[in-house]
Amino acid sequence: MTTKIVTARTNLPDSYRLSTYLENGGYQALRKALSMNPEDIQAEVVASGILGRGGAGFETGRKWSMLKQDPVRYLVVNGDESEPSTFKDHLLVEADPHQLIEGTLISAYAIGASMAFIYLRGEFALGLERVQSAINEAYAYGAIGRDIFGSGFSIDLVLQPGAGAYICGEETALIESLEGKRGYPRIKPPYFPAVIGLYGKPTIVNNVETMSNIPWIITNGGKAFASLGSGRSTGTRLFALSGDVAKPGNYELEMAASSFRDLIFSPELGAGLFPGRSVKAIIPGGVSAPWFGPEHLDLPLGQDEVAKAGSMLGSGSVIVIDDHSCAVRAAWRITKFFHRESCGQCTPCREGSGWIEKIMHRIEIGAGTESDLDLLLDVCDNIAPGLSWPPQQTTICVLGPSIPSSVVSAIKMFRDEFLIHIKEEGCPFVH
Amino acid sequence: MSTDVSKDLISISIDGREVKARPGELLIAAAEEAGIFIPRFCYHPRLPQVGMCRMCLVEVSGPRGFSLQPSCYVPVSDGMDVITDSEKVKKAQDGVLEFLLINHPLDCPVCDKGGECPLQDQTLAYGPGESRFAEEKRHFEKPIAISELVFLDRERCIQCDRCTRFADVVAGDALIEFIGRGDNTQVNVFPERPFSSYFSGNTVQICPVGALTAAPYRFKSRPWDLAQVESSCITCSMGCRIMVQSSQNQVIRYIGLDSDQVNHGWLCDKGRFGHESLSSPDRVTAPLIRKGDSYVETSWANAISIISSKISGIKEKIGSDRIGFIIGSKLTNEDIYAWVKLAKGVIGTDSVDSQLGDGISADVISRLNRATINDAVTSKVVLSFTGDIKEEIPVLYLRLREAVKNGNTKVITIATHSSSLDGISEIQVFPSLDQLRPLAQQITADSSYFPEVSSLIKSSGVSADGEGLVVLLGRENLAWDQTVVEAFALELARVAPKAKFLVTLHGSNFSGGVDLGAVPRFLPGRSSLSDPSAGLRQKWSRFPSHNGKSVKEMFKSALKGEMDLLFLIGSDPRTDFVDTTLSNTALDEIGFVVSVDTFMSESSSRADLVLPAAAFAEKYGTITNLEERIMTVNQKVTPPGLCRPDWEIACEIALEIGSDLGFSSPEEILGEISNISSLHWGLSFDRLSRLSALDGVVIPLTSTPLTLKKKPMFDQISTPGIASVWNQGLASSKTSFIDSSASISDESDSPTESKVPTAISVEPIWPLPPIPGTSEMPLVYCRRLYSQGQLLKNSPHLSRLAVEPRCRISSETARAIGVAVGESVRLTDKAGGAGVFEVEIDDGIREGWVEMVKGMSSSQSFSPIRVDETMNYVKLERV
Repeated sequence: MTTKIVTARTNLPDSYRLSTYLENGGYQALRKALSMNPEDIQAEVVASGILGRGGAGFETGRKWSMLKQDPVRYLVVNGDESEPSTFKDHLLVEADPHQLIEGTLISAYAIGASMAFIYLRGEFALGLERVQSAINEAYAYGAIGRDIFGSGFSIDLVLQPGAGAYICGEETALIESLEGKRGYPRIKPPYFPAVIGLYGKPTIVNNVETMSNIPWIITNGGKAFASLGSGRSTGTRLFALSGDVAKPGNYELEMAASSFRDLIFSPELGAGLFPGRSVKAIIPGGVSAPWFGPEHLDLPLGQDEVAKAGSMLGSGSVIVIDDHSCAVRAAWRITKFFHRESCGQCTPCREGSGWIEKIMHRIEIGAGTESDLDLLLDVCDNIAPGLSWPPQQTTICVLGPSIPSSVVSAIKMFRDEFLIHIKEEGCPFVH
Repeated sequence: MSTDVSKDLISISIDGREVKARPGELLIAAAEEAGIFIPRFCYHPRLPQVGMCRMCLVEVSGPRGFSLQPSCYVPVSDGMDVITDSEKVKKAQDGVLEFLLINHPLDCPVCDKGGECPLQDQTLAYGPGESRFAEEKRHFEKPIAISELVFLDRERCIQCDRCTRFADVVAGDALIEFIGRGDNTQVNVFPERPFSSYFSGNTVQICPVGALTAAPYRFKSRPWDLAQVESSCITCSMGCRIMVQSSQNQVIRYIGLDSDQVNHGWLCDKGRFGHESLSSPDRVTAPLIRKGDSYVETSWANAISIISSKISGIKEKIGSDRIGFIIGSKLTNEDIYAWVKLAKGVIGTDSVDSQLGDGISADVISRLNRATINDAVTSKVVLSFTGDIKEEIPVLYLRLREAVKNGNTKVITIATHSSSLDGISEIQVFPSLDQLRPLAQQITADSSYFPEVSSLIKSSGVSADGEGLVVLLGRENLAWDQTVVEAFALELARVAPKAKFLVTLHGSNFSGGVDLGAVPRFLPGRSSLSDPSAGLRQKWSRFPSHNGKSVKEMFKSALKGEMDLLFLIGSDPRTDFVDTTLSNTALDEIGFVVSVDTFMSESSSRADLVLPAAAFAEKYGTITNLEERIMTVNQKVTPPGLCRPDWEIACEIALEIGSDLGFSSPEEILGEISNISSLHWGLSFDRLSRLSALDGVVIPLTSTPLTLKKKPMFDQISTPGIASVWNQGLASSKTSFIDSSASISDESDSPTESKVPTAISVEPIWPLPPIPGTSEMPLVYCRRLYSQGQLLKNSPHLSRLAVEPRCRISSETARAIGVAVGESVRLTDKAGGAGVFEVEIDDGIREGWVEMVKGMSSSQSFSPIRVDETMNYVKLERV
């Protein structure tokens, strides 16, 4: 049985309450941290080797070390989890909000933040309620606010609900949104909010799951965390498994220790497919990722392993597509999502997302032509030149080059299926 | 010559060519100057870049090899390697173009922009012949009126953010915004809030497609039918550089030209759309002579001979003193000079004035150390004691706002009422009349009557003698006599002799009037009556024997029956004089009134003889803007009917009374001006057409060495067709360096006499504040951009925006009097005159004060101003 870090308490009754949290060692890590030097906390985080859990997989310790010196600095927690099939942070904010808060406070102390924000997806109604109650409890408990636990360290933590835009999960768009503006990603350079972030001040943006790991790292040490997993993939990860699988859900696994096959087929995890079906494709790291075929099932669930195979572990959400599902329809649904969520700032993404969705839909309902496949690939190439992985981009943020992933994968892997749609003027699958 | 600039330049490589660029300059601009045009839609050299359209993607070298980057967002760095013509770049740019087109309607044949549309041009040049987009395009209701002047077609919009950026960043009127997301993004106004910006027309000009169109121009013409000439706007004293475009001998449109010194390409809506008045049916097109209550057309010969016999009769019988000239502010310098020469040099009367009680005396203006616009926006502190410049000189407001927002200067406002400047001022002071004197005296002192003022002035780095301080000097409150402003200016100039003054009077060529003797007691070139310049003595046969009268004095004489002949030259004092009660009664008393005008104004329609004058764009010449910049105005169309330029009319009258003014063209007049005036020395049309004088030249010309600056970049999208214009040229197609100071070091002789008295030599005379009667309230009388007037009345679209004169008071004051919004009050002035006005509540007005907007009312000629009052008070009662 692998070590549980972020989900250690999630199955307890009333897991979201302060009392439950305190009974299970809650806020001890914060007390410990406040007795340490901020530099030593940073050193522990560097030693843990933890990679950011938001999708890009950037080392958290390194990100913190890039924070520019300034009397005013901010910490922002990115909880705008809005991608189809990604629901790991959803669990953490609802089931263990105090763990998130404690991790946030430790991090804020470590980086010398003057204020911290948790930006939560606006549709997380229960999550918003739970995090707000937890913040209130923590204020009353003395864990947030002035002179925390008598340590002399003071900070305020503000919860901000998003207004319903996927793009606000992009860290610079999130910052704009937090400032009260349209959620438009900022142009890079500057490449990192650590230089110019919220209100023009150096800012660290970390994911909910990353923050939720911090108390454990402080309690057990960075080394203990790094001893889990292999290579750059240290610690555990929360995998959100969905699609054509018997037991979809969130599973915390030691990184790189199990394979996609384990995740999907282990009886205590995904528990296999529906009777009589087989894996047709898996999307390894959220809908922005290129697809894998069944030949990649034995690939370990590690950051670099998946990258080397031509996709990404991304947000840790794994979608299973079985042989009864339509690849064209799956790819169309994904483009429909991106079309809906493109912010509209850059021409290729704004116009390209809609165009691709319309062509995909046409093919799916039987109104496509064979030349549409070349058209699709060319339009995708105009958004992400070369259709390589990782993609080159013509846009400000990576939402644009995320659009082609599914379409290009589907055409490459299931060209026949497209042709059947075209020849038979409709989808051969039963929906 | 360009050594001091070029030593800081860095080298980059574009398509294998070495190109010099300024450090920090944007790649797209550096490439353009090197003659490599990178296509673009959202980039505008006067707006902050957003990198949204992605049309300008090029390959830029980086640590990981070449990657596609938006050249509008990448600053150049030394050794940068750039490729703009690779297959990869072409594919990316073609891709963006195709993306922009998929939802763009193919209604070019009925689109105003068709023919000058960058999207159309680039598609024609590089786009594929057929569309690969087989789906339904995005649909919106087309077009919607977002204001009285601007229509928005959201289907055509390519979401470049130019209009929204302009409205927010430049104009400060964030009334249009993006709404929605992705390809459903649309520009729109907020509910119930129209795009009522004074600068809305600029968004139409900078729109790269036909999404924003101007109501006055819609469907009027096609771009290829337009002929154009450069000119300068004469709506106010800013003198914005414009392109006048016409079709079939009718002026159709103005386009703002980018002048680094003046308007940065922007225009106000009143200037931009005022051209409609040129083709107004109310234009006077033939000489008209009064017969009872109506007019009959007459010949020029007859009209001139009537005038000649009137002049001769009066001169012989009573003397030329009883002849007066009131000269309007929209005349060219050449027109003004011709009239002044006729009046002072031929007829011999000094009663010539070009200010209608809303000015500052020429004596004071000529003593001041004058500032340019660029001086003001780069000064350490701007001290504003002027009317609301957003209302009076709107583009100057944009320049100043930009400077403040960029942290280039700070503004201190001295005012009796709130104004648009408040939003960009560090400090606003509301002094009483007797506080003005200590305020001026202690302006740079360590401690003063207004300590926050002097401490800001000091801490900003203004020296004790005023170096670094620029004063915007105008008529902050027309209900306060001009002597207040004059005393303030002289006092301040004595205390801080290095301070500079930007005279912000509204009338477009007020400077020309002051400089060319269209004011009593002065001759052209600011010579005094008693001491004409050598040139004048050579060119003029006689001079007035004694000082003449100002407009106010002429009217007072008229009431005593001492004015027999008055010339109203492009002037409508029945509407425009501050005290319309006086002007209207006085004008009724004058024996014979000749109006030389373009319109049947209130004044001309009651004159005895009306002569039709050529209007703007129907004649050419020069004007002098508020910073003493001489700029050309050019002719584009022929005048209607029998209209003639003013200078010609003056020449004709002179000839008829037996005197030759001695010139027969604006060139010859300017030649004579430059001969007789040391201020205008060295000027000629030839000089003004040089590349170095594209934006005009500030007089007096100096003999400092040439300083070379980089030529400002044009936004090729908002100035369509500029490339083909004779002297403007594309930044890339002409030499990159021009001299901006327009020196005359290449001329051999220099002016000898330039003895203008300075402010330090006179003692200011402070007027005494009057003692108000019981229940009298101090008055604020000010101008609005859309105050009623001839231009508005005769421009169909602008006339809808006209503001009726209203009486504005604070809610406290309203409560005290017992009136509510929409109700009326009776305003009674000192002399017992009364008018009834609707009440408007505005808490920007000080409690117990009353604000009135200047402008003619359709129903009454009542004016709350009495010209002899230092401060005007009124009584207010509920009706």
